[in-house]
Amino acid sequence: MIDDSIIKEHGLTQEEYKRITALIKREPNLTELGIFSLMWSEHCSYKSSKIHLKNYPTSGKNVIQGPGENAGIIDIGNGLAVVFKIESHNHPSFIEPYQGAATGVGGILRDIFTMGARPIATLNSLRFGPLSVPKNKTVMEGVVSGIAGYGNSIGVPTVGGETYFDECYSLNPLVNVFCLGIAKKDKIFYSRAEGIGNPVLYVGSKTGRDGIHGATMASAEFGEDLEQKRPNVQVGDPFKEKLLLEACLEVMEKNLALGIQDMGAAGLTCSTTEMAANSGTGIEIDINLIPQREQGMTPYEIMLSESQERMLIVAQKEKVKQAQSVFAKWDLDAVIIGHVTDTQNLKVKSGDKTVVDLPLRAIINQCPVYNREAKPPAPPAPVIDLNDISFPENYEQAFLQIIKSPGLADKQWIFRQYDHMVQTNTTVLPGADASVLRIKNTNKALAVTLDGNSLYTYVNPRSGGIIAVSEACRNLACVGAKPVGVTNCLNFGNPEKSEIMWQFKEAVHGIAQACKAFQIPVTGGNVSFYNETEGIPIYPTAVLGVVGVIDALDKIMTPEFKAPGDTILLLGENKEELGASEYMNQIHSKKGGPPPEIDLRKEKRVQSLCLKAISKNMIKSAHDLSEGGLAQCLAECCLLGKKRIGCRINLEDKIRTDALLFGETQSRILISLEEDQEDAFKSLAGKRKVPYSIIGKTGGENILIKHLGEKIINIPVQKVYSLWKYSLPGFFKIE
Amino acid sequence: MKVRVLVSFKESVLDPQGQAVKNALLTLGYDFIKDVRQGKVFELELNDISREEIDKVIPEISHKVLSNPIIERFEWEILK
Amino acid sequence: MRFGIVVFPGSNCDYDTLHVLKYVFKQEAFFLWHKDHDLKNADCVILPGGFSYGDYLRSGAIARFSPLMQEVKEFSLSGGIVLGICNGFQVLLELGLLPGAMLRNKNLKFLCQNVHLRIETTDTPFTNKGKPGQVLNIPIAHFDGNYYIDGPGLDKIKKNNQILLRYSSAEGHLTKEDNVNGSLDCIAGLVNENRNVLGMMPHPERASETLLGSRDGHIIFDSIIYYIKNDR
Repeated sequence: MIDDSIIKEHGLTQEEYKRITALIKREPNLTELGIFSLMWSEHCSYKSSKIHLKNYPTSGKNVIQGPGENAGIIDIGNGLAVVFKIESHNHPSFIEPYQGAATGVGGILRDIFTMGARPIATLNSLRFGPLSVPKNKTVMEGVVSGIAGYGNSIGVPTVGGETYFDECYSLNPLVNVFCLGIAKKDKIFYSRAEGIGNPVLYVGSKTGRDGIHGATMASAEFGEDLEQKRPNVQVGDPFKEKLLLEACLEVMEKNLALGIQDMGAAGLTCSTTEMAANSGTGIEIDINLIPQREQGMTPYEIMLSESQERMLIVAQKEKVKQAQSVFAKWDLDAVIIGHVTDTQNLKVKSGDKTVVDLPLRAIINQCPVYNREAKPPAPPAPVIDLNDISFPENYEQAFLQIIKSPGLADKQWIFRQYDHMVQTNTTVLPGADASVLRIKNTNKALAVTLDGNSLYTYVNPRSGGIIAVSEACRNLACVGAKPVGVTNCLNFGNPEKSEIMWQFKEAVHGIAQACKAFQIPVTGGNVSFYNETEGIPIYPTAVLGVVGVIDALDKIMTPEFKAPGDTILLLGENKEELGASEYMNQIHSKKGGPPPEIDLRKEKRVQSLCLKAISKNMIKSAHDLSEGGLAQCLAECCLLGKKRIGCRINLEDKIRTDALLFGETQSRILISLEEDQEDAFKSLAGKRKVPYSIIGKTGGENILIKHLGEKIINIPVQKVYSLWKYSLPGFFKIE
Repeated sequence: MKVRVLVSFKESVLDPQGQAVKNALLTLGYDFIKDVRQGKVFELELNDISREEIDKVIPEISHKVLSNPIIERFEWEILK
Repeated sequence: MRFGIVVFPGSNCDYDTLHVLKYVFKQEAFFLWHKDHDLKNADCVILPGGFSYGDYLRSGAIARFSPLMQEVKEFSLSGGIVLGICNGFQVLLELGLLPGAMLRNKNLKFLCQNVHLRIETTDTPFTNKGKPGQVLNIPIAHFDGNYYIDGPGLDKIKKNNQILLRYSSAEGHLTKEDNVNGSLDCIAGLVNENRNVLGMMPHPERASETLLGSRDGHIIFDSIIYYIKNDR
């Protein structure tokens, strides 16, 4: 019998339960209730977010697949398509950092190769508590090695990403994993169960009691019962996944499958119901035919298991043998567990006994949609008055302190643990504005970046959303790429709280507005709510993943200075903006708004000028200004690359020196060019109405910055390099 | 029948994982720790075979497959 | 020239190696399936990088039992050219075609980065296009690349001039810092006594195109092609 406590344990409300009984015109049994609890969970149903996500632009002439499938797909010409998506694996990564992160990588890879694409790169956006706390270090070390362990083994390069630190992530770290794949346009596969009577094949690992209730776990706040949730952790098997990847791609290449879906969160339940619902058919499976790892598993456990590395495939009857032989070649069993029906029902049998009989419409289409109350927080996020902020006594010290803060210091300690070169496409290594991958046998390359600033989003969610998109596109412009598509991972607190819902709604509107301005479609992503522990939410963290295309391999730009004697030029304007900056955070220990202003028209002009200058071979380097402002950007141009060339800078703006050095004013790009290109560039910038200033020259052994004639910073590049380079490793020393 | 095989590094071979564990234990204040060697445990469940056969095949597979004799040594025992 | 690239379950540099040989070096290159018993008349057999069988037991430990390894062994004993890259090197060690073993990197982390390698001898089919003491820039990507061999073994490979590549600084000096994985005597690559089997941890296939940052991998592949064409 289903009682109130069982309903509550399944994360369903009384109203939702009533709705279920009305839809199926009876009481569900426990297995059926479990199925509803998974499919109606926030994670699977998007019931609180749907209403706002509708604002995203999702169409465009190159969009092959928008939101709603395993991943989004964009046509990039040459008969090829890019398939990409980002997903969160936050909760599992806190419970067991290594396995949580590893299975996060495994899951997103399956989303991509399920569609017929070979995954060519992953990136990750990571957020942890401060490294001064030992537990945070343990979590970070586990997450990084988990990503490495899985990605390296399966042979998909981890080519970049971002890592930030803030106290709000101490009890709720974020692990967002992005994957990009390439498919032939005419060989794309979808989640479908077509052809009445066609067999349903189960491939991959056996089903165990892993992660039962994982999807509902991802939809509930953590409490003190964390310890008890530990057995839910799934363990990843990258070797099995590698076999699945090769076998599935071979089966698809040979046209031996009609439809395919991976069993991720919500496992067998999600894959069976979605495949049939997508095709308007029904599906019947026999629980006794499912390969099982443990003895005595109940239908409930089997339907809800989240064992990793499993796929469901629907194939034509006459091709099953051939498909099975491909799987056998890769040492995998492909077992027939049921067939497609015309009932529009999910029927699960245990031998002769029916254990589940549910209409698919009820499970998939009739989940309630909530328009939850959204109200700005009271009191609102703090605002910093610059009049109260004293100038640092020593700018050099402030500069070095920012440079070596873990969020802005060199991340090689992380990415050298990742095989970022396998598949031999990585032409711009991690650490640049965006990662660049050549597409073999074409003259094109892809650029990918992940971006999001949660402090901006906290002090002003709408600006945070707009800036995240703008900055991601600016990152792409700096390597010479035009954006073609967006995916996003929205990490927020409990949506049942009105201020969280307000943050969410505002951020989504900001992202939508910016995507419309850049005319780039959102092709999917992931919403992760309930990122709270004991009632304390994380900063609202919207991570944008943007994919761009570079049309010629000789037009790939990188951020580092190339030679001494080049002219350094700053595109955009410097303003007195220090709200929500790294400078306020690191030097004044203040976190408050307002975030920098953003004007999308100006932003677009700056980016298009940068792209034009790259395509005309006018410039030698380009680097986006973001956290840490101009000083950080200059330093990175000196430090990245092997030559480590210094610079001499004269700044003439009549604004606060700290704002000039460290302010995070948007729509700025730092470029370097040869002196004889200056005139051509000036006239191009003039025509395109982009403000710029020539601020100095490359060369010398020092980073030298003057403001209104006064020497502010004069430090050897080598010294800056050491602090920047050895900051992160210093936290993880092994003696 | 169950057999347990323990594989560990030979004394002469540096064991970086063991060293890391040792250092961690020392850092935690367990200063009586003299050395740590890390190894692998295999539990093999066998169908009915004779004791003589076990004495023959277990060392054989331990030597040939479960360990790398260049750097590792093994011990084994019958559990039940 | 015919290059056969062995595909084990879990190989992941098989396509990279094929790509480089076919499209950069314009050679005939093809995959050899580990379950087969046919080297398809290859002039050179390559065991590529990856995580064969997940490296779950030890790196390369299970792959050596693959059916095709019997043929590879016979091929090498009859003087055939065999190149093991990264996981392929580990397989060759487990197979006993090369002496020694691999331990975990000294910092206990996976390491993916460009390293400098000093050519120690050019008297091999794999380095005849290089100069002794020449420094190459080629990336590594491995967890278990910390080479180990016992004292007498080391003496023997030194005496036979079997050490082919050592981790070094850009200037060719052997330093503790540049020996990133802690390998004994900075060993990055070595040949067997007959000098027809090479195992190396660095990935020459990742350093054969300007676009990817280095072309130093050409020394290895050009040498093999030259050797098979002329010297054999």
